[in-house]
Parts: sequence; C-alpha cells; structure tokens
Amino acid sequence: MGALQLLGFVGPSVNWWALLPQIILLGAALAILLASALAPQRTSTAFATVTTLCSAVTSSIIAIGLWNDVKTEGPSSSIASAFGVDGFSIFFTMLILIGLAATALLSHDYLDREGIDPPEFHALLLCSAAGAIVMASANDLIVMFLGLEALSIGIYVMIAMHHRRSEARESAIKYFVLGAFSSAFLLYGIALTYGATGSTNLVHVRDYLDAVVFRDQHLLMAAMALLLVGLSFKVAAVPFHFWAPDVYQGAPSPVTGWMASIAKAAGFAALLRIFFAAFASHDVDWAPIVGVLAVITLVIGAVMAILQTDVKRMLAFSSVSHAGYVLVAVHAASADGTSAALFYLFTYTIMVLGTFAVVGAMGTDDEHPLSRYAGLGRSRPVLALGFTVLLFAQAGIPVTSGFIAKFQVIAAAVNNESYFIAGAAMMTAVIGAFMYLRIVMVMYVTDEEEERTSRTWHWTTSTVVIAAVGFTILAGVVPQFLIEFAEDAVPILIRG
Amino acid sequence: MEITTGWYLVLGALLFVIGGTGLLIRRNPLVMLMCVELMLNGVNLSFVAFARQLGDIGGQTVVFFVLVVAAAEVVVGLGLVVAILRRQPGATADDLSALRG
Repeated sequence: MGALQLLGFVGPSVNWWALLPQIILLGAALAILLASALAPQRTSTAFATVTTLCSAVTSSIIAIGLWNDVKTEGPSSSIASAFGVDGFSIFFTMLILIGLAATALLSHDYLDREGIDPPEFHALLLCSAAGAIVMASANDLIVMFLGLEALSIGIYVMIAMHHRRSEARESAIKYFVLGAFSSAFLLYGIALTYGATGSTNLVHVRDYLDAVVFRDQHLLMAAMALLLVGLSFKVAAVPFHFWAPDVYQGAPSPVTGWMASIAKAAGFAALLRIFFAAFASHDVDWAPIVGVLAVITLVIGAVMAILQTDVKRMLAFSSVSHAGYVLVAVHAASADGTSAALFYLFTYTIMVLGTFAVVGAMGTDDEHPLSRYAGLGRSRPVLALGFTVLLFAQAGIPVTSGFIAKFQVIAAAVNNESYFIAGAAMMTAVIGAFMYLRIVMVMYVTDEEEERTSRTWHWTTSTVVIAAVGFTILAGVVPQFLIEFAEDAVPILIRG
Repeated sequence: MEITTGWYLVLGALLFVIGGTGLLIRRNPLVMLMCVELMLNGVNLSFVAFARQLGDIGGQTVVFFVLVVAAAEVVVGLGLVVAILRRQPGATADDLSALRG
C-alpha cells in the first residue's frame, strides 16, 4: 500500500460495511471447504447446512442495518461508483439471502439421501449467492457481468454434482452451453454500450445519455438489443426460454428451485438496473420491445404449461410465464411498474421455493409424472393443502400474495395505457390457472394408482413449505408492508 | 489503405457471428466450447478497438476480466464434457436428448 502511494496511486474508497454481506458468504464458503479438507472423517451435512444458515442470518442482519442507513442517509455508491448501495440492492440482497437459507435447508435432506458430498455443494451455493448479490448491486456493467458469471458457474456445477444421474449431466451441459452463449451476447452488448457512451459505468452511461442527443443511434440500439437478448436468456423469456424445461427437469429439485427463483430474480435485477435506471432516457426505444417479449412470453408460457405431463416441466413453463408478468411491469418503465416488478419477484421467489420443496420431497428419480400426485389429498392432507395454497398463489387467486402481485403488475400496465398488454396478462392468467388447477384436481379427485413407497419427510423440508405458505398468505392478506418495502426499493444511480 | 477502428469492429463482429453459428450447428461438445471462446474473443477485440478509439484504458482492463471468466467457464465446461464422455464415449450433442416433453 505504502509503495503504491509513493507511486502516486490512490485507490478508490471502499465502503467495506456495504460489502460485508457477500464477504461473509464467501468467508463461509471458504470455511466449509477448509474444514472439510482438514477434518479426518467425511464432513457431516449438518455442519455445512448450519454454517450456510448462520452466514445467511448474519448477512441479513447486516442488510437490515444497511437498509436503515439508506433510509436515514440516502443511497450511496462505493468503489468508484461500481457498487451501488441503495434500496434496490438491499431488497435483492435480502431476497437472495432468503433463497439461500431455503435452498440450504432443502438440500440438507437431498444431499444426505443421494450421498452427495455436502461441503462442495454448500460452498458453490454460497459463491453463487454472493455472485447474485453482486449482480443485483453492481453499478458497473463489468462488475454485473462478473456477478452473473459467479452465479451461473456455481449453478452449472451444482446441477452436475449428482454423478450417478445422466439426466443431471445432460441438464448441466445444456445450461452451460446456453449460459455461455447468452453471456457472450450480454458481454457484446456491454462492449457496444462502452463504444457508444465511453464507459461501462451505469452512472456515467445515464449521465451521458441524458446530456447527449445522438445523431446516429445504431451502436446504442444494437447494444440495447444484445443486452436484452443476453438477459432474456437468463430470465427465460420467450423466445429464449427453450433451455428451461429440459434444465429444470434434469436438475436436482433444490437446485431447480434456486435457478427458478434466485437466478431469475438476479437477472431481473440486472435488467431493471440497466434499462429502467440507466437507459431511462431511451425508454421509447426499448419499452416496445420489452412489451412484445412480455406478451409472447405470457402466451407461450401459459399454453405450453398446459401441454406438459411432467410436473417439473409444467412448473418450468409456469416460471416462463411468470417472467412474462415481470416483463409487463418492466415495460411500464415507471416507478410504479418497477415496484410492482419487485413485489412480484419477492412473492414469486418465496412461492416457487415452497413449490419446489414439495416437488423435491415427492420424488428423487428423474421423472415427475402428474400421476404421482394422485390421492395426495387423502394420504397427506396437510401437505396437499400447503401445495394447493402455493399453486393457487402462482395462479393468482385472491387471499394469496400472487393475486396482489398480478393485480399490481396489471395496474402498472393500465396506468401506462398499455391496455393490450394488460388484457393479455389477464387472459393468460386465466389460461395459466387451468394448469395449476389440474395438479390440484389430481391431488384431490384422482385415486392413488400405485402403492406409494414410504417417503420420510425431513423436518427441514416441512419448515420451508410451512414458511412459504405462511408468507404467501400473510402477503396476500396484509400486503401493505411488502408494497412499501418494494416502493422504497426503486433503483437509483448515485455517483460515489 | 489505412486500417481504421471500424475494421477491427467488423472483424470482432465476424468472430462473434462465426462462434455463435458454430455453437448452434456443430455437434461435438469440444468444438462447441471452442466456439464460445471465439465469441468471447470477438467481444474482446471490440473492447480493445473501442478503448483505442476512445483513448481510455478501461476497455483494455475489461479484457483481462473477460479472459479470467472465459478460463473459469472452460474449466467447468471441460469438466462436464469429460464427465459425459466417460459414460458415453463419442457422445455428440444429439445424443443428449433424454430430457424432452
């Protein structure tokens, strides 16, 4: 440090406090790996799970402290404006930590049952979570790209860790190839943004676009198109969704839950920060494209979900269709729309984690035919009720958080006078509801076909399902607290 | 004839398109990995060309980050390819079709 200062090098100031949540996660990852390397016997799953949970809890306490700081002192940014500390970044930090805790609990049972080494899995999960937080907080496109890669590379390995299942390997290589393909598109978009505006820093990009009127916009338009394509792959928006069903079906259920919830939420965080916050002055250029993507995503997601026979593939298309609703909110390009998108992502993440908790406990092998759920309402009434609530919430039925979320998204579209898109969202909600009702019907009406092998329910799985159902109903009955949270979390780009 | 920045950008775009096309049409998993590298290097060339044009060092430093990320991706990709080829020698992308609906 001293020598560098003699050379006249002064590094940017770093707000270490704001970076602490991801530093704790990475520290926990290293601690787990180190302990497993030094321990004489095989490390127990409980140790890895408890370490992950402790780091998630510690990080969320710090995130709450940061939230209060932002409320009293206003948003700021750190490391030469590359890392934003605003309501938006802390909102997503908390969401990612909730997802981390739930996935750690769900994987506990899974890793034990399938005989997978727990330390590596948890270390990758923690790195992946840290990457997601970096991605949601980055004010610089390159930092965002690094966060995205940390998130994705962890997921590629987590999918493939089940070395006895060829489906898991196939799923991993498919996700890997398409993930690398979409990262290259995103990176090319970043390069063209850099060429058009002279910086990869979103604060600089925003200021530049506000101040300069382009005579020739081709470079910027191409940049926006490539960024949108790259991120559409990550959030599984049609026509860039074709990987989702195969990958969701082949991946272990806890990892599928992580991909469907956190990888999607982090992708939307990046989308909102780039397009809503930095390219706000050019919304006439990008909003119509997002609107078209939203409508085709809604329709294809809902229709294809009906045609599936495998529950995991149904849920994959349902997650495609959920991406469509969030895109409807992004299309509004307003503070209203953005807080509706945030509310949607928060409630969606929690219900999808609960849903995949049930799916993961229902079967360990590669197929999840709908018939496996037959008669569940009689054999396991409490579980079937919880699953029903989560599916109804995904369908957007009142008294659940899903209804409020869909209502807010459609209200944002109507306020923006996008009546066609609002209508499409309502229509597809009806089409989509059919698929969820079909699963519920099978659980309650159809008789059990085969003798079900006795499944032991681990308490960790039940905890996640109960917590998800509780939150879904709470946010459906008294949504005000979450609405205010989302309204305070609209992204702001501050020069630091 | 003078070689301007535009030429480098066109070359970068060509590399990107060749890599992207190769990824979509080639069936050998190793060649697909090479195509990803080609796409990323096309982007790197664009970054350096823009950095030169703008007189800004930022674009050149980005390339180092991208190289590291590409290396990390290839490590994981090769690991996956090895894991698949060990079970199914000579497998191509067409053989990986157990998952479908």
